[in-house]
Amino acid sequence: MNKTLKFRIVDIFYLFLIIAPLVAGMVIKVLTEPAAEGIKIAGANIFFTIPFFIQDIVITESQINSWLIIITILGICLYLTHGLKTVPGLKRQHLAEMAVEKVDALVLENMGEMFMGFSPFIAGIMILSALSSLSCLVGMYSPTSDINVTAGWAILVFILITHYKLKGGFGNYLKSFAEPVVILTPMNIISEIATPVSMAFRHYGNVLSGAVISALLGSFLGGLTKKLPGILGQIPFLRAGIPAVLSLYFDIFSGCMQAFIFAMLTMLYVSGGFPGEAYEKRMKRKIERAKKRAEAKARAAADKV
Amino acid sequence: MEIAIGLILAGCALGAGCAMIAGIGPGIGEGNAVGQACAAIGRQPESKGPVTTTLLFGCAIAETTGLYALVIAILLIFVAPQRLVNILVNALK
Repeated sequence: MNKTLKFRIVDIFYLFLIIAPLVAGMVIKVLTEPAAEGIKIAGANIFFTIPFFIQDIVITESQINSWLIIITILGICLYLTHGLKTVPGLKRQHLAEMAVEKVDALVLENMGEMFMGFSPFIAGIMILSALSSLSCLVGMYSPTSDINVTAGWAILVFILITHYKLKGGFGNYLKSFAEPVVILTPMNIISEIATPVSMAFRHYGNVLSGAVISALLGSFLGGLTKKLPGILGQIPFLRAGIPAVLSLYFDIFSGCMQAFIFAMLTMLYVSGGFPGEAYEKRMKRKIERAKKRAEAKARAAADKV
Repeated sequence: MEIAIGLILAGCALGAGCAMIAGIGPGIGEGNAVGQACAAIGRQPESKGPVTTTLLFGCAIAETTGLYALVIAILLIFVAPQRLVNILVNALK
């Protein structure tokens, strides 16, 4: 396929959209990093606060980085879907189609035919989570190591779960707490609340533990080189290379794994909590009621005539 | 005053250490899961793909309790001492 000049210029703009936010994140990190000696393990930096009458709204590093990553994802999507053809002419179209098919297959396998509308949401949560965890590779503070971010996602998922549970009727939803025995109601309520808490803690804990271990190892190796005699002690050469091995597991593998698990749990909880039988019964009753109403209307019309 | 602050710091450090005992549980659980998965792959080598996926998923879920302990330990080390010392200082004023 021949690329026209206009096509190339738009391509370069999309690539800029992918790379610029990451560079901006790095620059912000370098400019706002408070100077510290030794090990520094702290939460997200607070940039500024907006006064609000209930509670001051705090704008932190994790929010800024989240938005930067969202712009990156937008750039990736635009780049991959640029120049789509019925017969694929570009390599990137194969990539985009493969990603969509993979997510569709995953959703179909785990949730069933009825929830196919979920696949964009699942893909979105997966890529946002994965890129957030991976953003620490370019030196940004990864938003997923802040519990507020993962708790926000978990609450969103919890609302989704409850919405789909309520599809079987409100009475059915209340009754599901008293099963299998009425005595277990408090336990059921606790386990209902524990769902979002455990989802938030799992993701946040995994990413944070990686960050803490990396920081500890980095400072340990830095201190170790200072103990070496002569010119060897001047340059912290031990810090180069060795932490990368741990980073491979804690940042790359663990980050991608947690993204996959978060999406998987979302799928399982939503489709598992959905009361299929009750929903079908309710729909049947609705249809019957509508039929009866229509019949009554028709009869009334006939009587009038 | 110094003794009280020292006690607070010692308590926080000891508590963080004790909290991480919870690491035993996920260790045993994940080891068990991996052993069973190895046995399953040994019996049916062609089922390696699905077994590995399920294994990773299960391991990540089994890790949760250990991560709870980690969160508690991190809170005890980085958050609790300052707060408790502040409370003590305010109480003594």
